[in-house]
Amino acid sequence: METFTYYPGCTLRTKAKDLDQYARVSAEALGIALEEPADWQCCGGAYTTAKDEIATKLSAVRTLNAAKENGNALVTVCSACHNVIKQTNYDIANDENMASKVNNYLQLDEAYNGETTVYHYLELLRDVVGFDNLAKKVVNPLKGKKIAAYYGCLLLRPSKALQMDDPENPSIMEDFIKAIGGTPVIYAQRNECCGGYITLEDKSQAAKRSNAVMDSAQSNGADMIITACPLCLYNLKKNSDSDMPVYYFTEILAEALGLKEGTNE
Amino acid sequence: MQRIGVFVCHCGTNIAATVDVKAVAEALGHEAGVVISQDYQYMCSESGQNLVKDAIKEHNLSGVVICSCSPRMHENTFRKAAAAAGLNPYMVEIANIREQCSWIHKDIATATEKAVILGRAAIAKVHLNAPLTAGESPVVKRALVIGGGIAGIQTALDIAEAGFDVDIVEKSPTIGGKMAQIDKTFPTLDCAACILTPKMVEASQNEKIHIHSYSEVSDVKGFVGNFSVTIKKKARFVDELKCTGCGLCTEKCPMKKVPNDFNLGLDNKTAIYIPFAQAVPKVATIDPEYCIMKKTGKCGLCSKVCSAGAIDYNQEDKFVEEKYGAIVVATGFNPIKLDKYDEFAYNQCADVVTSLELERLMNAAGPNGGTLLRPSDKTHPHKIVFVQCVGSRCDDSKGKPYCSKICCMYTAKHAMLIREKYPDTEVYVFYIDVRTPGKNFDEFYRRAVEQYNVHYIKGMVGKVTPKADGKIDVQASDLLSNEQLHIDADMVVLAAAIEPDKTARPLATMLTTQMDTNDFFTEAHPKLRPVESATAGIFLSGACQGPKDIPETVAQASAAAAKAIGLLCKNSITCNPCVAHADELMCNGCSSCEKVCPYGAITYQDKEFRMPNRTIAVRRVASVNPAVCQGCGACTVACPSGAMDLNGFSNKQIMAEVDAICK
Repeated sequence: METFTYYPGCTLRTKAKDLDQYARVSAEALGIALEEPADWQCCGGAYTTAKDEIATKLSAVRTLNAAKENGNALVTVCSACHNVIKQTNYDIANDENMASKVNNYLQLDEAYNGETTVYHYLELLRDVVGFDNLAKKVVNPLKGKKIAAYYGCLLLRPSKALQMDDPENPSIMEDFIKAIGGTPVIYAQRNECCGGYITLEDKSQAAKRSNAVMDSAQSNGADMIITACPLCLYNLKKNSDSDMPVYYFTEILAEALGLKEGTNE
Repeated sequence: MQRIGVFVCHCGTNIAATVDVKAVAEALGHEAGVVISQDYQYMCSESGQNLVKDAIKEHNLSGVVICSCSPRMHENTFRKAAAAAGLNPYMVEIANIREQCSWIHKDIATATEKAVILGRAAIAKVHLNAPLTAGESPVVKRALVIGGGIAGIQTALDIAEAGFDVDIVEKSPTIGGKMAQIDKTFPTLDCAACILTPKMVEASQNEKIHIHSYSEVSDVKGFVGNFSVTIKKKARFVDELKCTGCGLCTEKCPMKKVPNDFNLGLDNKTAIYIPFAQAVPKVATIDPEYCIMKKTGKCGLCSKVCSAGAIDYNQEDKFVEEKYGAIVVATGFNPIKLDKYDEFAYNQCADVVTSLELERLMNAAGPNGGTLLRPSDKTHPHKIVFVQCVGSRCDDSKGKPYCSKICCMYTAKHAMLIREKYPDTEVYVFYIDVRTPGKNFDEFYRRAVEQYNVHYIKGMVGKVTPKADGKIDVQASDLLSNEQLHIDADMVVLAAAIEPDKTARPLATMLTTQMDTNDFFTEAHPKLRPVESATAGIFLSGACQGPKDIPETVAQASAAAAKAIGLLCKNSITCNPCVAHADELMCNGCSSCEKVCPYGAITYQDKEFRMPNRTIAVRRVASVNPAVCQGCGACTVACPSGAMDLNGFSNKQIMAEVDAICK
């Protein structure tokens, strides 16, 4: 059983418990041990683009360093956490100035210079488990289900730092859907914004974006939509007029693996 | 001891402003062997050259050092002057005190000191120079043109016109290239086929031109004047000489669902096909991937209906070898794949097309017989959005950094043609800049805007979303009015960037010629030698060298032909005497030099050597073909025993230069 350091993030403890629980049970079934560091902190919330903004990135570095000390790779599942942690890691590895500032501040036993490999849970499925192997473990294939993968804006971008998939023409979630027996639906809005935090300020704008996403998926024949992001899920569910179901990708993974019964909703 | 003359050039103020030229002449005058040292304002001028000539005669000079610009500029000038005065031209050395000294330094004292050192190094080298005589090598009076598009056709026609045999190698079943797929041409709007096909016919009927269609160059050996090329004639399963091009086989072929690549997959063709009506040669070709007979062994319909008996299911690839004096590369371009630009929904929506696809959609011989219809539902589009610079002028890794040059003009052409033919159709063009440098080009673009009311909007399209009702939502920004726009379009046309054909890179390796990072062939000089490659005897024609429209391509094609003709006119060419040679007594036949030689100039032979006590030993030693050697020096560095040496750049001479610099 291969072990990874697992970073859930704050939302997965509150609003997005499904995303977390199904990720854990599925990993176990797939022979992956996820170890949660003892005292993890917030990922930083949103990645600041200011070059000299170091303070908000320190907690991400602590998480990255925890994985380094555990001697394994780091797995994240929330799109936003993944985005912040992977970008921070990329910047530390590629920007000497930032690395030295961070290390001066943190005073770790051993300086952190971007050594940790960060996987999004989907990357774990693709690159470590392998979609072929995943397909073999599926007991309850989602046959006939037309599933629209919703990437949102920050799961894949900026692609230079995240190195996950082509941000304009991605395939990782579609391949995942195929692996669990479903039929992926390609639609134009799959990598556009859901409205994000603007829901706090102006619900009508968030509604406009969420409706565009849901309509685009639905008009291409989707039965359901899946996402990796708690905020996307919130917007698509609460701010759109559509009643098409929206799930975390981990939930349908658990369903396909026959693990959905017995977990707490 | 040599008798050396030193001549220091001012180059106006180019050198003299930073280097104290009089002090340099004075200092170098004291070097051993120097009998005269003087400076002059323009050494390359007629009177400057006379100064050198007179000094050679008056002082009976055996060597000359010119302290001036780069040898790439004027080495030849001074070698000729020396030869005119009776001195072997290879006794002239240039000390580059301009590009490598005056232009890059500011301080006069240090620049002067460096100029003196560079002069000393040249003097040290001249002391060891030996007179060299250039050999000659014969020229095969036949040219090869690789690529049968408009560039290759024009080059071949011009070379044939001059009386030389010329072969065209074209990888597809017909010549014609991209121009054959184009509907109309800018800025005159004449029909592309009407001006291209007569040239194709002319090429096929010209006795001097031999077309190898459905063929590829598989190997190139040799050197300028004497290339030896292997051409792979791919099996087309039809005897070219017997086929009359009647087309009966294509009518009877039961396999009718083969994507028609000539129409860019917009419709289907049969497994045995003739690409288009005016194809040259007009010969059928079988696509073995789809042919039922080739796949299952059961069918043979085409063979039954062919009265000429031309079908040969057992045909195999054939290789022919030919000798050529000159090679012209005309491999052309392709639009880029749009997989990385899915924000434009090209892979999701049939009504999002590339500009080249639109050419076929509008062409009378295209899938809709010339009526512009949406590929999805065959209805008339009433609103069309053009997106320019798709993949061109891209600052990230997914596109091309350069401007594809032709897109602004062909987009204006498409917009204008659509407005002319279907006045009820609204046309929008999104652009970053409209670039129309060219004769009658800007007038053409202005006609599209002013006369045809095409809506030109400065800004880029951000997202194309196909909608359930069949419309396409185009989201874009209008940078001049600072607005977000949504246009309900019926069709979207993408001006995809163009890139060199994929066959260009392996070909460049075979030809040992250079390419830039975008895989365009590099010309020998960007301004002064635009149609020659840096490899002697290889010429560049058309878009393989950079994006070009048709007039420019034809001009460059004729220029490349002129250069090739200039070479073919000669009975022999003077070889560079600065070539490598092996000291057979030191060579141990290890093959190190052969492995590094990029030109294949080194071979090995077993030679008998007289040994002590009247014995004879046979040893394997390297031998250099002086006609093939380009004098690059790779072998002299690789040789572990020091047996390889380069005439004019011997190891001893280079060490003497280094010593002079370090003294």
